[in-house]
Parts: sequence; C-alpha cells; structure tokens
Amino acid sequence: MLDLTYELPKPKVIAGAKHDWELVIGMEVHAQVSSNAKLFSGASTKFGAEPNSNVAFVDAAMPGMLPVINEYCVEQAVRTGLGLKADINLWSAFDRKNYFYPDLPQGYQISQLYHPIVGEGEVLVELGDGTARKVRIERIHMEQDAGKSIHDMDPNMSFVDLNRTGVCLMEIVSRPDIRGPEEAAAYIAKLRQIMQYLGTCDGNMQNGNLRADVNVSVCLPGQYEKYQETQDFSHLGTRCEIKNMNSMRFIQQAIEVEARRQIAIIEAGGEVEQETRLYDPDKGETRSMRSKEEAHDYRYFPDPDLLPLEIEQEWVDDIAAKLPELPDEKKARFIEDFALSDYDASVLTAEVEAASYFEAVVMNAIDALDESGEFIVYTTSSSNKSIGSFDKVQSRDVGKTAANWVINELFGRLKKDDKGISESSVTPKQLAGIIKLIKSDAISGKIAKDLFEIVYTEGGDPAQIVEERGMKQVTDTGAIEAALDEIIAANPAQVEKAKVNPKLAGWFVGQVMKATGGKANPKAVNELVAKKLGS
Amino acid sequence: MSIDQSTAAKVAKLARIKVEDDALPALADEFNNILGFIEQLNEVDVEGVEPMTSVTPQRLKRRKDEVTDGSQQDKVLANAPDAREGFFAVPKVVE
Repeated sequence: MLDLTYELPKPKVIAGAKHDWELVIGMEVHAQVSSNAKLFSGASTKFGAEPNSNVAFVDAAMPGMLPVINEYCVEQAVRTGLGLKADINLWSAFDRKNYFYPDLPQGYQISQLYHPIVGEGEVLVELGDGTARKVRIERIHMEQDAGKSIHDMDPNMSFVDLNRTGVCLMEIVSRPDIRGPEEAAAYIAKLRQIMQYLGTCDGNMQNGNLRADVNVSVCLPGQYEKYQETQDFSHLGTRCEIKNMNSMRFIQQAIEVEARRQIAIIEAGGEVEQETRLYDPDKGETRSMRSKEEAHDYRYFPDPDLLPLEIEQEWVDDIAAKLPELPDEKKARFIEDFALSDYDASVLTAEVEAASYFEAVVMNAIDALDESGEFIVYTTSSSNKSIGSFDKVQSRDVGKTAANWVINELFGRLKKDDKGISESSVTPKQLAGIIKLIKSDAISGKIAKDLFEIVYTEGGDPAQIVEERGMKQVTDTGAIEAALDEIIAANPAQVEKAKVNPKLAGWFVGQVMKATGGKANPKAVNELVAKKLGS
Repeated sequence: MSIDQSTAAKVAKLARIKVEDDALPALADEFNNILGFIEQLNEVDVEGVEPMTSVTPQRLKRRKDEVTDGSQQDKVLANAPDAREGFFAVPKVVE
C-alpha cells in the first residue's frame, strides 16, 4: 500500500450575508467503457458513425430480442474497481430503471441498483499545492447508455440516433467527501487519469465519454465534521443534483453558482428543495429540471431477462495480477528512481503516454551511455548510488536531465505546434541520443537546443547531425586558448578592468563562446579565463 | 396496502397507458386483487432461502467483445412512423 504524506485541503468557504458557508459535494461520474461492442449486443461502440448504423435489434428494443452480456465490459468494470482499490462483488445483478424518453427505446435502462458489481473504494485526489484528499467511492455499477436526441435540426421535430444506445457505462458514485469546485475538478481528473492508465475509459469529455452528475449542498462550518464522525446525513444541508456535466470548467462554475443559490434561499429563511437541476453556462445559473413531479419515479425491479452476474475470485485475481502500474505508484517511483520533484513527476505521469515516453528516453539514454562507456566523464548531480535496476549509470542523474528535456523542450515545442505526445516527431531514442551527447560532454547545453530543433523539424540521428554539421563541443584547450588569447590581445582595456573586478571575467567567457560558435566547453573556458586573467 | 383510483391513474400515466376515468375503479380493484395475492405469498416463511432466479441451474450467458451486428440502418428505421436523414424523427421533446 502506498503511503504518501499529504495535508488535507481547506474546504471552500463562501461568505453569505449572515454566515460563512461550506460546500459538500458528491459525484456520480458516468464513464463510457472502452470496448468494441455494446454491453448487451454485438453492435459497434464506434463514435461518429452514420446515424442508427451501430444498432442491433436488441438496442432498438425490437420485440423478442434478448440481451446477452459482453464479458469484456464486465472485465473492464472489475479492472476499474481494482484500480480504485475497491471491493469486487462476485455476485451482482441487473435491474430495470423505467422511464420514457424517445432515445430510450426499451422504456427502461438496464442498470444495477441493488447489487452493483463494485463496492467501496477510494481515490487520492491531489490539489497540486501539496494537499490531497482521499475521496471514498461508494460503488460502481454497469448500465446502458441512452441514445442521442438532436433538437436543432428541425423546428418541429427531434431527431433520434440510437448509435450510443446500449453502450456500456460505469457509474462511479462517490461519498460526499469533496469540499470545493477545484476539488471536484481534480477528482474527475484523477478518475480519468486512472481509467486512462487502466484502458477502461478514454476519458474524452467532449464526446461525452465522461460526464458527471454533481450533488451540491451547503452547511455551516463544523457540521461536516459531525457528519464524518457519525455518517449521519442530517448534519448536512439538503442537496441538489446538477445533471449531465461534461466540462471541467462548467462543473466548477455550476457548483459555485448552485451553492450561492442555496445560501441565498437559506439565509432568506427558505428551505432548499431536493431536486435535479441543469446548469446553463450562458446565463450562469442552474434551473430546475423537473417538469412533472412523478418524472423520477423509476419503479426499479430486477430485470427478468438477465440472470445474476456471477464471477469467480480466480478471474478477478487474474485481472488484478495484470493491472498496469497506476498513476500514484508511477509517480512515487519516478520521484524515487529519477530524483524528480513532485511537480515534475506529476507532469510526466499525467498521461500514461507521456510517462512511457519519458521512461523510454531514460532507458535509451542509459543504454547508449552504458554502451559507449562515456558515462565516466560526467559527474552525478544528486546521488552516487545506483538506483533502480541500473548498474552502471546513475538513473537519477540521467532521469533528471531527461525530465527537463521532455517537460521543457519537448512538451514546450509540441505545445507550440498544438500537438500531443503521440504526435511527437522526435522519438524517445532520438531524444535519448541528444541526452547522451550532453552527458558525455560532446555538445554544450546551448548547442543541444539547436540540435533538438533540427531533430524536431528535420529528423535524423543526433550523433550523426553533430558530426556532419560540426556542432561538437570544443574541449581542445589549445583551440580555446588561441581564441581567448586573441580576445585578450584585442581588448587590453577590458583586461585591466577585469583584473580589478573579477566579475567581468564573464565577459571574456561570453566572447570566447561567441568566437567558437557556442561550441566551446564552458567549463574549460571558465578555467582558462580565470587562469589567464590571473584572478 | 390498498390502491385507490388516483394511484391507479398515476400508475397508468407512468406506463403511458391511457385509461378513461370511468375505467379507473375497475383497474384499482384489479391492482388490489394482485396485491392481495402477493400479500398472501408474503406469509410464507422464506428465512434463509436464496431467491430462485432460474428453474434450471444455469449461468448468465456471455458474449465476446466482437462486433457482430449493426450496419442495418434501413431495417432499424423500417418501422419508424417517421425517419429523416437516417434519424428517427419524433415530435419535438425539449427538457
């Protein structure tokens, strides 16, 4: 078990007209399971297909069609549960949630109300300022997604596309452990990160593959602590549920707006009514969704078309054994093995592709340095011990350098071109080649940046480019000395000044670098300048 | 538990089944008969008895994660009262 030390973040406090108020937030996150086929049919889950082309008769609820469960969707739900350190229920069952809407041809959604497949778990949510909160997961259940209604294609009609109907969703239900808008966003980001690592949900919020219902209530300071002690909800305020949010920004706005609405009601002597609301980002307000008071009488009952879902502990253990390394663990390992700062490790592990890229750079650089035997010439910056499984080269030193290059140079360059890590024109091996040249003192840091730009735009083997274009660092003291002598001879006045004020030695260093096209080894230049000026 | 006429009307509405007002008393009576039968069943002591989910011992049938269906827009829309540009067209519904 991972034991990161962290402090709890402060709850968001909103000042009302009479009191200070605290926020209490719980979330239901709907995550679309990454699978080829739907939960109960063999139709494709692919996004963006022709309308109603990914539809089996089961999805269209044709009479006599029966659901047959996709076992991979079950596996994905179990995997997600394990990733959230949750209990897996070997016995779960499906229920019907009954309601009428044009994009729900069955007239009910198959869900798991009474016996969900995943029980209690937890997520560590870091806020980036060194604070973190453990958010408890109450349950995860599987259910069918609904179709899509389009209201703006015709003035009098709504258009219905059933391609999404029956795609498997996981509903991840948290306890009311989230205490502010930023925490809510960080919680979703963490869930998304974990699921992306697990490969169970792509986390694409724009396509609606990850959306959240947010339960918001407000209470006076001190009340929440009483709730945590007793788990008695009567200490908390009445909550309202803001439905179907798929933007981090809007989620944060909606929480704040809704909290202020509730505070105004309570302070005016009114009572908050428990209800479902929608956030309107244009108007910056939430409004009640309930047009008919009985609209939410779902009349759940066990689905008679489906037997209970029984899975074996052995199967669960097998999935557990094959779980990939998760973000928290990976981050801790990067900090330990590569001497990265908390911040750098967070940046590099935010996306699993970036983390893999970084590791490939480190491995390739270490291999290259190992092979050439040139690693001897560099000095370690942070540790003399070999860390991790690397015998010869200190992984910490190479790791630190690789992190700087990936984060500052590569990410910076990609961002400029509005590209993601998977679209990088520089391969880990090429970047490792550049790092190897730096570490073996073949090129200076400044030249390395030029070299990076060449590799980024033109491609090619870094070592070969350096060789061909004469970018090698000049470590030959004779050549550096000759350049320095020339400069000294041409600037006698500067020499006199530098003798009085040793700080001016830097000017000479700069001139030598300029004369050698930035290729002189700065260390060698410094030493020579100091010697020549006799300071 | 006893079902009155207004409850019968509510159930009908939730099921989107149109029931005329004069048919409600009979409907409520039918519901009460059914519930009475269930109350009778409730008298049986089932302490410690697992709910029976199937008359023959069988496991939930599973399918592999393979795309084996779909690509039949014409058939899916064949019975639709109205369809346009590949969509079902229904009377406007706005939240």
